[in-house]
Amino acid sequence: MIQYLNNNSAVVLDALQQHIWLALLPVLLGFAIALPLGYLGVRFTWLYHPLVNTSGVLYSIPSLALFVFLPVLLGTKVLSPINIVVALTIYTVALLARTVADGLRSVDPTVTQAATAMGYRRFRRLIDVELPVALPVILAGLRVATVANISLVSVGALIGVGGLGQLFTRGFQLFYLEPILVGIILSVALAGIADLVIVLIQRAVTPWARFQRGGTA
Amino acid sequence: MNLSYLFDPEHWQFGVAGGFPQLILSHLGYSALALLFGVIIALPVGLYIGHTGRGSFLAINAGNAGRSLPTLGLLMLMVTLLGLGLLPVLIALTVLVVPPILTSTYAGMRAVDHSVVDAARGMGMRPWQVLTRVEFPMALPVIMGGFRSAALQVIATATVAASVGLGGLGRLLIDGLAVNDYSRVLAGAIVVAVLAVVLDLFLALVQRWVVSPGMSGQARRAAT
Repeated sequence: MIQYLNNNSAVVLDALQQHIWLALLPVLLGFAIALPLGYLGVRFTWLYHPLVNTSGVLYSIPSLALFVFLPVLLGTKVLSPINIVVALTIYTVALLARTVADGLRSVDPTVTQAATAMGYRRFRRLIDVELPVALPVILAGLRVATVANISLVSVGALIGVGGLGQLFTRGFQLFYLEPILVGIILSVALAGIADLVIVLIQRAVTPWARFQRGGTA
Repeated sequence: MNLSYLFDPEHWQFGVAGGFPQLILSHLGYSALALLFGVIIALPVGLYIGHTGRGSFLAINAGNAGRSLPTLGLLMLMVTLLGLGLLPVLIALTVLVVPPILTSTYAGMRAVDHSVVDAARGMGMRPWQVLTRVEFPMALPVIMGGFRSAALQVIATATVAASVGLGGLGRLLIDGLAVNDYSRVLAGAIVVAVLAVVLDLFLALVQRWVVSPGMSGQARRAAT
């Protein structure tokens, strides 16, 4: 395996680089779209159930089906990475819009009432009080979406754009174990690192959580 | 959008190789087998961990580890090791469904109110009876939730079986792409998506049927 890596470092690094941005760009886009969507689902309660149901249906569409279906819908080329980015953004939004709504709904109403009584307007209250309190739930959803995206990117290799997935198809075509093993290990490691980074961010931005868990600490 | 392949009645005849009925059946076959093996492996382990509280580390981390494992890579790894055939596909799909079933079984068992378990013990139930008559029925809604998400995932992922030469609805996607027949690709994508949604609705009905009326609140509604 070491020898394979030495001989093919350029190919592997290229695949890894493509994998990273194909997986993480949709996370950022999806998060940016899901935040306002989830908020609307809480602000207008009649929107909550349509939001949850639509998310469920969108999430049940197989990734390979979506990858090949999007070019028809968007008019993009089949081999364009845009299809992968859009497809994974849809999954991220489907997963996160619901989590954001659930997180905001889980905020103790006495907390929001106290904030209102202290003179917070709706928008300031959302940014300064409700979002921080809902953050652990939202970030837990973000972890799931990120890890799922990183493993889903490789399916794109079946339509020619798949980051590390290209190592799988290459190994499969040549009946050669090394590239497949390298691809799996790098993909799992990437997911682990991304997950860890979000956990560290969560620790940094919710310092109060440590005190609650530690009791007197 | 060209839907001619999807609505061509010739592709809907039974018993025709490569027709929709045959592809749907093989697709459901792989998925059902993987779910069966997944339940056989994950359910007892999850129940044991939830009942005894031993090894909870495994149950909690199985979910994350499973999600991060790329199924396509695992499938191609298995084919390279074992050769072409049904076995590598079943192994890859089973590995996919074990984590959600295991994690939800454990979570369901943990969520059972401790005082109910104590009451059952106080009434003289044996540990086996507590498990089968109290804990399992009470954990069932959560377990079914995990099973449903596992079923959705496996239906979606079984399409990759076609990439290693097996059947299922992935054939339409892979073959259609190979010969630039987008009408076929589109037909495959639509049928898989519809199949996933229909299966989820069916499992929602199954869930309503198997979950004890005392758990879903229907008994209370009927009594008042």
